[in-house]
Amino acid sequence: MKLELRGITKRFGSFTANDSIDLVVEPGEIHSLLGENGAGKSTLMNVLYGLLQPDEGQVVIDGERVHFDGPGDAVAAGIGMVHQHFMLVPVFTVAENVMLGYEYTKGGQFLDHAAARQQVRRLSERFGFDVDPDALVEDIPVGVQQRVEIIKALARDAKVLILDEPTAVLTPQETDELIAIMRELKQSGTSIVFITHKLREVRAVADRITVIRRGKVVGTADPGTSEAELASMMVGRTVQLTVDKQPFAPKGEVLQVEDLSVRDDLGRTVVDGVSLDVRGGEIVAIAGVQGNGQTELVEAIVGLGEDISGSIRLQGKQILGLNAKEIIDLGVGYVPEDRSHDGLIESFTVAENLVLSQHDRAPFGSGLLYHPAKVKARANELVGEFDVRTQGVEATAGSLSGGNQQKVVVAREMSRPLKLFVASQPTRGVDVGSIEFLHNRIVAERDHGSAVLLVSTELDEVLALADRIAVMYRGRVVGVVDGDTPRDVLGLMMAGVPEQDARRQAAEQGPTALTVQDEEARQ
Amino acid sequence: MSTATRERLPESSTIQQGPLRKPPTWKSPIIMGVLGVVALLAFGLASNAGDTSTFGMSTGAQRLQIPALVLPTRPAAIVLSVLCLVLAAVAAAAVRVKRPVPLAVPIGFAALWLLAFLVWSMAGEQVPLPGLLGGTLLLSVPLVFGALSGVLCERSGVINIAIEGQLLAGAFASALMASVTDSLWIGLVMAPVAGLLVAVLLAMFTIKYVVDQIIVGVVLNVLVVGLTGFLYGRVLVQNADVFNQPGTFSRIPIPGLIEIPVLGPALFNQTIIVYLMYVAVIVTQVALFRTKWGLRVRAVGEHPKAADTVGIKVNRIRVQNVLLGGVVAGFGGAFFTLGSVGAFGREMTAGQGFIALAAMIFGRWSPVGALFAALLFGFANQLQGTLGALGSPIPSEFMLMAPYLATIFAVAGVVGRVRAPAADGQPYTKA
Repeated sequence: MKLELRGITKRFGSFTANDSIDLVVEPGEIHSLLGENGAGKSTLMNVLYGLLQPDEGQVVIDGERVHFDGPGDAVAAGIGMVHQHFMLVPVFTVAENVMLGYEYTKGGQFLDHAAARQQVRRLSERFGFDVDPDALVEDIPVGVQQRVEIIKALARDAKVLILDEPTAVLTPQETDELIAIMRELKQSGTSIVFITHKLREVRAVADRITVIRRGKVVGTADPGTSEAELASMMVGRTVQLTVDKQPFAPKGEVLQVEDLSVRDDLGRTVVDGVSLDVRGGEIVAIAGVQGNGQTELVEAIVGLGEDISGSIRLQGKQILGLNAKEIIDLGVGYVPEDRSHDGLIESFTVAENLVLSQHDRAPFGSGLLYHPAKVKARANELVGEFDVRTQGVEATAGSLSGGNQQKVVVAREMSRPLKLFVASQPTRGVDVGSIEFLHNRIVAERDHGSAVLLVSTELDEVLALADRIAVMYRGRVVGVVDGDTPRDVLGLMMAGVPEQDARRQAAEQGPTALTVQDEEARQ
Repeated sequence: MSTATRERLPESSTIQQGPLRKPPTWKSPIIMGVLGVVALLAFGLASNAGDTSTFGMSTGAQRLQIPALVLPTRPAAIVLSVLCLVLAAVAAAAVRVKRPVPLAVPIGFAALWLLAFLVWSMAGEQVPLPGLLGGTLLLSVPLVFGALSGVLCERSGVINIAIEGQLLAGAFASALMASVTDSLWIGLVMAPVAGLLVAVLLAMFTIKYVVDQIIVGVVLNVLVVGLTGFLYGRVLVQNADVFNQPGTFSRIPIPGLIEIPVLGPALFNQTIIVYLMYVAVIVTQVALFRTKWGLRVRAVGEHPKAADTVGIKVNRIRVQNVLLGGVVAGFGGAFFTLGSVGAFGREMTAGQGFIALAAMIFGRWSPVGALFAALLFGFANQLQGTLGALGSPIPSEFMLMAPYLATIFAVAGVVGRVRAPAADGQPYTKA
């Protein structure tokens, strides 16, 4: 099936998310749609999938113009989509999820579970998925849930499969497996639209690459194009992909975590006996797939956790049991992973957000009073220093783009002297230009002598910044390794393999699809 | 930023170890154990050794007459209490292996415990068992209809607080229309129409205009109370023989089935409304869990966006289900007038719509579960009447509290894990 998008334009109010986009997906090709967060990739795919109606332009399949009123029409036309946030009902079984909306019935309206199970088994065996049709979706790991989504699309005879940021939740090894699956699907004649902002993966798997920036197609490229070139197409200017970093010169220990365990509100142990040190002047990165206890570990350190045991000391002083404000006042800065929820108050102004932790003390407040003029003056300084693109410090934080919101959070946290800077996913959903800026600020904070604890699920970011790397898996620290540890070793450790075994296995297996690029880069 | 709220959950809960289900707590086995011991001590060991409790086993409508069952009070209460303790042990065993306690355990426990209480308090007396069970059934009929309405709405993701209003509207319309037309059948048809009208308002405000579901429900209840109260005072009372004398459906004994010992006369010598209830429970149960329609409804209630992406019209299903829920609750309303009292009275539903919501939760959002929960509430209610008549040692004021105490315990989670449909109460809007 040949899929064409012709001149698709989609506006939201005065904002043009897609500006007359043309895209051709040939049969059996893996077509990568590359662009930053907010470039309009997801909007385009939602138009293609019938979730949004385009203002202009048309979708053409095998030379015929089609019109989709809803996802049902798109599915009927042979388009399948694996959403970034999986569209699976957690309390349903795999088989029930696969047949939802496309039910197998007997005797008119009654569900035919046997047929659905059979279908899941058939597709699962054909592509080597190993999926149990009777398992509840909430009980299976994320990687398997993704396969269920793929089965769901294939069961509906998808000829074009859209994968929206499919690797965000996967370990590097799972990503390799996904790439193998994509190749196999391609062999069987399925076209794939692969949406991502990860240059490395694009180069590993795509046949053709279309780059989108600010809602427009800015060009196409072939997979041989270098990462630097792709990045500059994506951002619109030359981007430095590596961070300039002096060798680190660690001082005394600032943060000492010993035997820390955290239980969640369901009573499960989510952080399990973690011990970790961070010295002044070094960046320790916590690597790991999302949901392996990183969030809870960090929240325990900054005083937001609840059911915690163990010890957390800041320059020798026990801080476990102190509340967040006391910990802030001891010189801990914190960038939470979900900025719109925990980092900012979106309905407050940029200026107010910039003094959120300092509003009650001089010079911004005294006694019961609060001094807006001083807040505003300070905000203007910080907005300049951190290059926050805003209409003014009186604009609401909610009106800023993701990258600029993040700059506000980072500016606030870095605007006072710190002993420890904790950053959780500091560049998630942030444009490449801002990533560069934020990375440089984090390194500057390190060089300034602060201890930096960075949590990131992006291995690229970990490798770019970390002096040492602690890998977490299922609430435990699998190992702490040097900042220049090879990617495939880290990948194995992220799946729970201890360091020594990981190094041995990595040496035996040789380079994978993704690491081969590192080799190329070195040569 | 409601979308952000919702998207945040799956992200932070993608922990890769085992089920996300909350492990069952020791709360319910412990409470059951304590209550079991209380029953053993108070009803069993403390009762007089020589007393007997007599249960009548047959009614005059049956050809086959079974002699009354004469139980020695003390041994019978002891046996029932021990059975309670056995169920508590079953619950404890389930918790120990981190399995959810089956719904039958707390419901069975409550029934046995109440029986032990009954046996103890009717020492030296006689109670007809078919009458007791039949009364239980009748008291639970409006609860069952109401709870079914709740299940239909909430499984699709809309909270229906307006059940009370729908019951009352059904009761009013059936009484009025049956009186005016002099036909019980027309009254029975008008009851669901009235429930439907309330549901139309609920669907319009909650789904189309995305008003808070709880607030709309409460307002509709107040509206129906006010409207029926006004019309009752101004019209029905003024001219009762024209507007408020519908009469009641007569009982239809089902040949054959009525001969079943004890249960026959309780279950199969009832009015058409009760038989309709049986059908409604079975149809809803099968439809929700065995059909294409049911799978879609449940998907809409759990994860509407997922349903949308496979081409299911989320809000259309929700509207359908809310309207269907109104129809079902309307039938329940007809029971108050055409099925039991034979006339409409001001606010005659007396909060049964809310107890029905409790039955729905107790029954874990399943029709059959709701039926048994409603029967349990009905039993507690019936017991109070029966014991009041016997002159029980317990003050009747306390007995009046029993069904409500049972409700509070049920809703407070003593019955174990209760999980509402994930998208219950959340309006669905695109983008």
